[in-house]
Amino acid sequence: MRQEYLVPAQDFSVAGVASSNLKRLLKQLNINPFTIKRIMVAVFEAEVNVIAHSFGGRIVCDLEEEEITIQVIDTGPGIPNLDLAMTEGWSTASEQVRELGYGAGMGLPNIKKNCDHLTIQTKAGEHTHITMRFCLKEGE
Amino acid sequence: MKLKDILACVDGVLVCGESHLEDEVKRGFASDLMSDVLTILEDDILLITGLSNNQAIRTAEMSDISNILLVRNKKPSQTMIDMANELNIALAYTSYSLFKTSGLLFAQGLKPVY
Repeated sequence: MRQEYLVPAQDFSVAGVASSNLKRLLKQLNINPFTIKRIMVAVFEAEVNVIAHSFGGRIVCDLEEEEITIQVIDTGPGIPNLDLAMTEGWSTASEQVRELGYGAGMGLPNIKKNCDHLTIQTKAGEHTHITMRFCLKEGE
Repeated sequence: MKLKDILACVDGVLVCGESHLEDEVKRGFASDLMSDVLTILEDDILLITGLSNNQAIRTAEMSDISNILLVRNKKPSQTMIDMANELNIALAYTSYSLFKTSGLLFAQGLKPVY
């Protein structure tokens, strides 16, 4: 099953709406609550990143019996230095984003912590494509 | 510590979520940074924060936090109350500071996350 959610740029009034819709779906599918929490923290962090840093994008979820794959694909402008962006505490967030309680430089590291497999394709001037995989079978 | 005892300890006012008054809250986490809140995966937490906006409610939703206590007399907006009601989250506020609120609750036995 595939679900797709659009995420606009710079509109914090809808921050978390896509994640909230996904969470409702995962609950209906009776997925383990702790797994749902890990998924939601990672997806919400990614959604906030798209709103705060990109020109907008989408979240694509592929739900299978043993695994959930979530892709977060934006339309740019890309991350110039991914190693720096993965460093806890490093942030390029605006003052507005910080006033909303985000932008502490924990987003990407927290995404990595919560998913079972993470790949990030990005380049300055191009789009960013994050792929997160979550195993649904215990012990994997 | 039950939510009703937490509110009594800090002269808190419950705005919505009366059904949570008997909730057993295991730990407290105090922060105005939602990025920090999202690093916590423990259950049954009280979020103590001075961040009175929709993002506090949304962050609590993602972290499965059912109880939020706003400090520094930051009364929630109607939008926040509507969101909290919809998501079944208890929302309360106190006039005390983040430091005083946390200190009083810690002294009463509410455990920290770390």
